[in-house]
Amino acid sequence: MKRVHQNLPKISTMVKRMADNEKKVNIPIGPIHPALKEPVQIEVSVSGERVTDVNITLGHVHRGIEWVGTRRNPIQTLYIAERVCGICNICHPMAFCIAIENAANIAVPERAEYLRTIFAELERIHSHLLFLGVAAHEMGFDSILHYTWLTREKVLDVVEMLTGNRITKGIMMIGGVRRDISDSQAEKIRAAMDYYEKVYGKMCNIFLDDKTIKMRTRDIGFLSKKDALRFCAVGPTARASGVKKDIRQDYPYAAYPDIDIEALTPEFLLKETRGDVYDRVVMRAIEIKQSIDIVRECLKEMPSGPIVSEPVLQKLLFNLKQVQGEGVALVEAPRGELIHYIKMEKADAPSSWKIRAPTYANLHVLRTMLIGSELADVPVIVASIDPCMSCANRAIIADKGALLYQEKLRELCIGKTRRLRGATK
Amino acid sequence: MGIDALKRSLWVFHVNAGSCNGCDIEIVAALTPRYDVERFGIKLVGTPRHADVLLVTGPVTRQMKDKLLRVYEQTPEPKLVVVVGNCGSTCGVFYESYNIEGPVDKLIPVDVYVHGCPPRPEAIIEGIAKAWAKLEKTKVKK
Repeated sequence: MKRVHQNLPKISTMVKRMADNEKKVNIPIGPIHPALKEPVQIEVSVSGERVTDVNITLGHVHRGIEWVGTRRNPIQTLYIAERVCGICNICHPMAFCIAIENAANIAVPERAEYLRTIFAELERIHSHLLFLGVAAHEMGFDSILHYTWLTREKVLDVVEMLTGNRITKGIMMIGGVRRDISDSQAEKIRAAMDYYEKVYGKMCNIFLDDKTIKMRTRDIGFLSKKDALRFCAVGPTARASGVKKDIRQDYPYAAYPDIDIEALTPEFLLKETRGDVYDRVVMRAIEIKQSIDIVRECLKEMPSGPIVSEPVLQKLLFNLKQVQGEGVALVEAPRGELIHYIKMEKADAPSSWKIRAPTYANLHVLRTMLIGSELADVPVIVASIDPCMSCANRAIIADKGALLYQEKLRELCIGKTRRLRGATK
Repeated sequence: MGIDALKRSLWVFHVNAGSCNGCDIEIVAALTPRYDVERFGIKLVGTPRHADVLLVTGPVTRQMKDKLLRVYEQTPEPKLVVVVGNCGSTCGVFYESYNIEGPVDKLIPVDVYVHGCPPRPEAIIEGIAKAWAKLEKTKVKK
């Protein structure tokens, strides 16, 4: 008996052999999949339970927005900018407006800057509550999903009172905003902020003390500070890895220069920053508190005055038609840094419009986070960067066979040189 | 339409065919406590094979066209299609884009249109209730 046992290989070598023999399996997730809220295809290669490679295919929500925007006048395009994404539909039109204002040198009244800041922060509260619910849902903790989405209704009520709609607000205008906040409305916003202060306390209790959340999110989906910098991660994803970057702090716009804002990291609530899924979840909870403070300060400091620089739309359109120049806007969207670029060439429509949404930057770190993790953790890791595919889908590859690799490109380049040489001879 | 017209609970599958998320978050809002459609037995399911009703959002982009058709074919009869949002009904602001294959009724038969950009959760619930009544009628005829 002893001899038989001795002849068997050691358990560690057996496990190694089994792992070597195991074939890699590719698992496609999406584009339509119960774990995904939006169409995107994530192809995961697994060896056993471990993820070895990840491939992400985008383009399912590409609607040609930038192209449509160059065929309509800027005020019409404003409403398309709002429909880039249904969740961040204050920051997209705001970035669009700031880009046009920069191109056309339009000065925005001070009160409008404060109003814009309030709307942007209300949007951040709603977006982060939405994220906390989705993250809990991916863990299978549906009571938190229902709790966060119930509390989220309050901010939607406030937004509806201020703008007339729950989701697409239609509040931004080139050179200001379309509606003012009256004193009675400001009182209601203050009451809502007091309510969210309580919600934040409860949220902290849940996310800091609950065992289930820690078990499912601690020490998975790591993103080190080095990798976050290397892949240029933005927004809460980068901040949760300890990178102190925030457009509101670094390149302040709207009323943010007047407000003292510091990019926060999870150390605000926790002892250390690890850069795992838990940190990214807690990061959003912390930012809700930051937004509450900003809204309160804006309401306190808001100056009086006009809310839009040019209330007559025909006049505004006429002025915009004379503009020659380009403008760039950087805005801190709930998911991170958002860039809009506009080029105007004395025409009805802008001649070029380019959007770079935060999810596009954050998708690159997804691969680093996923490789080496367990298959069962994939949905919660993907959800932890709060991906927004409708923001990120700015281009598609219509024919995959026509992909240009470096060799092919070089061939084309050499060909052109030869053609040109032939023409000059 | 009385409540006795609704004999069974209704299971719903949600297809995002290139939507901006606006309609999608309103659909989820309809499921969560303030509107809580689960009290009527309406439930979001994970596969079209379990569904009675398809909720389609978005103007149907080129890449989602064949996926939408496949989901429609996978749904067992009797089935109904509810389009949520202006994009699905008319393509909305994206009507002239090069990458849009929609509206949805160009590709699959649609029974109920819910308008709005995005429609309120109440409107979505009303649309599903209308589809429900229609579904019960088709069952009676058979």
